[in-house]
Amino acid sequence: MNSVEIQDIVKTFGSFVAVDHVSLAVAKGEIFGFLGPNGAGKSTTIRVLCGLLTPTSGRASVNGFDVARQPEEIRRTIGYMSQKFSLYDDLTVEENIDFFTGIYGVPREKRAERKRYVLEMANLTERRNALTRTLSGGWKQRLALGCAILHDPPVLFLDEPTSGVDPLARGAFWALIHDLSETGHTIFVSTHYMDEAEYCHRLALMYRGKVIALGTPAELKAGLTAHSLLNLDSSDPLDTMRALEGLAGVLDVAVFGGGLHVTVDDVDATSARVRQRLAAQGIKVRKLEQIEPSMEDVFVALIEAEERKAA
Amino acid sequence: MWERIFVILRKEFIQALREPRMRVLLFVPPILQLIVFGFAVNLDVDHARIAWMDMDRTPQSRSLRDRFTGSGRFDIVSAPGSEEDVQRTLDRGEAEAVVRILPGFARDTARGRETEVQVLIDGTNSNTASLVSSYAASIIAEYSVEVLERQQRIKLLARSPGSPVSMSVPQVTARSRVWFNPDLYSRNYFVPGVIANIIMLVTLMLTALGIVREKEIGTMEQLMVTPVRPMELMLGKTLPFAVVGLLDVVLITVVAFLVFHIPLHGSFLLLLFCAVLYLMTTLGAGLFLSTISHTQQQAMMASFFFSTPAFMLSGFAFPIRNMPVAVQYLTYLNPVRYFIEIVRGIFLKGAGVDVLWPQMAALAAYGIAVVSLSAMRFHKKLD
Ligand SMILES: Nc1ncnc2c1ncn2[C@@H]1O[C@H](COP(=O)(O)OP(=O)(O)OP(=O)(O)O)[C@@H](O)[C@H]1O
Ligand SMILES: [Mg+2]
Repeated sequence: MNSVEIQDIVKTFGSFVAVDHVSLAVAKGEIFGFLGPNGAGKSTTIRVLCGLLTPTSGRASVNGFDVARQPEEIRRTIGYMSQKFSLYDDLTVEENIDFFTGIYGVPREKRAERKRYVLEMANLTERRNALTRTLSGGWKQRLALGCAILHDPPVLFLDEPTSGVDPLARGAFWALIHDLSETGHTIFVSTHYMDEAEYCHRLALMYRGKVIALGTPAELKAGLTAHSLLNLDSSDPLDTMRALEGLAGVLDVAVFGGGLHVTVDDVDATSARVRQRLAAQGIKVRKLEQIEPSMEDVFVALIEAEERKAA
Repeated sequence: MWERIFVILRKEFIQALREPRMRVLLFVPPILQLIVFGFAVNLDVDHARIAWMDMDRTPQSRSLRDRFTGSGRFDIVSAPGSEEDVQRTLDRGEAEAVVRILPGFARDTARGRETEVQVLIDGTNSNTASLVSSYAASIIAEYSVEVLERQQRIKLLARSPGSPVSMSVPQVTARSRVWFNPDLYSRNYFVPGVIANIIMLVTLMLTALGIVREKEIGTMEQLMVTPVRPMELMLGKTLPFAVVGLLDVVLITVVAFLVFHIPLHGSFLLLLFCAVLYLMTTLGAGLFLSTISHTQQQAMMASFFFSTPAFMLSGFAFPIRNMPVAVQYLTYLNPVRYFIEIVRGIFLKGAGVDVLWPQMAALAAYGIAVVSLSAMRFHKKLD
């Protein structure tokens, strides 16, 4: 049985379609990444799955329970971390844990053990008496994760759990997610950090309410192999973009960090043409090399393809 | 179920006691209101200035005069000799009233004839005027009962700037007021009413704010994704304020008794029980407001929007019988009105369930209605 199944879900707010005919399934124990730019509809989808929003049409089930008809059953078997930090700032670490332990109705004999587990997992044993508001971003998110798994739910919904957390703490957070997955927990996690996509078993890319790509990170990258990617570092990126417009063999140019990523069909022939064109315009090329496409390249390409389709 | 409610209660108390602003909100308004209505808003008329126009000049008229001065209510500030003097005294506000004893007062009373003592009152301040009028009426009534042992007709002339209007004051009215509030102290009237006010302030606004705050910071969304039941959440969020409201009742009663010497004629337990009924309506209203507000600011506005008219139309400060008839009917929709009547009834008249049951029934009906209404609107859904 799949942990999460979504069939043709639509969610509208008035006339605005926030989730547009989304279908997907997540297997037990999977880390499923939900990616997409701001406003793509990630949080809305997650809220539908948690029973917080009623889908306008379509069906979805979590742990075999229907989201529209059995939300209470779902709530007993999931953990949820909302996008906004939502523990009590004015309670201590331990008080927050005790509160949610009681709310989830964790059996009395398991409480001490769950608390110890969560404190250790979040590495907060020493700071158990600290007010939650005094914790830094990374600690807060680990505590929030801890409070969401006190009742040991088989499925976890994490909505951008690492936003606003420094890279080191993000790494530590993903290590926790992997540990949980190894013990059989299903994790449905949204993010807009593309590098985090690599940590997921499978990904869905959401854009304007639609899932525009679905697969493992390798599969999604393989979708781009018809083309190659060049990293171009030049003296003036903007002029470079203009210069490369319409050049034969150049499929796409995107700003990437300080430089440009150029999508081409034939690496050698097009590289030569690019150098030629730029030299003619007096633009210096500091570096031009083929690179492995990153997840971000994949998404940029997919989104641009989507926009071309719409136009 | 109780476990979850207990967990929420414990959390609420930890948060409330940790938050200095909350501590202030819980305890300062009751004390402030007590001070304001106990000391500052003194509507009693002590030492009202009157002018004494004695046209009889007999031992009997002087004896009546002594009763006025001896009461402590009145100071005689002048003795006008003519109608022009009377006019001037009132016009200039030198006195709140003029008492005029007509020639033949002693002779007529001795013969057992109906006699008239005229009291001309400056009606500019209706409250003072009505108090002066009833004090004067009761002094004259006592005099007439005692000395003449015969019914007297008292003629009072309420005088607003303009022509004097003559009216007869039925003695029964004066007596009935004297019965329940013998000293006619407004404090006795106000301080018990403060209970109704404070409970509304503390429970209505704080309940609404407490719940909406959780919506704003996002913890409500987190709670909605737990197995907690709406009823448990509602009870957990309102019971702390019910406890605080009841503590305020005890606090105010003790202060009223010890500091202001206001007697509690009725049963304290009945008062507490009625306070619970009243709390249902205010907490229910707070819950309801929380279901229609998204931000704390909206909740605050909504509570003012609710509590201000509820206060004005409760009879706490402005007597309901002085309101336009249509508005008087409107007050029947106001839970505060019933509780004020109950509180005053218990404190001042020693009234019991036999007398107060209609008000209690009204509060109970109101409470059940508003609590069920908000329970229906209280979902674990965002849409
Ligand atoms: N309750 C609501 N009423 C109206 N519109 C809403 C509501 N909730 C979300 N939306 C809109 O739906 C769209 C999708 O929102 P959603 O929060 O699901 O996006 P997201 O992918 O989570 O984005 P982000 O990365 O910013 O969190 C947005 O345009 C948002 O404005
Ligand atoms: Mg979101």
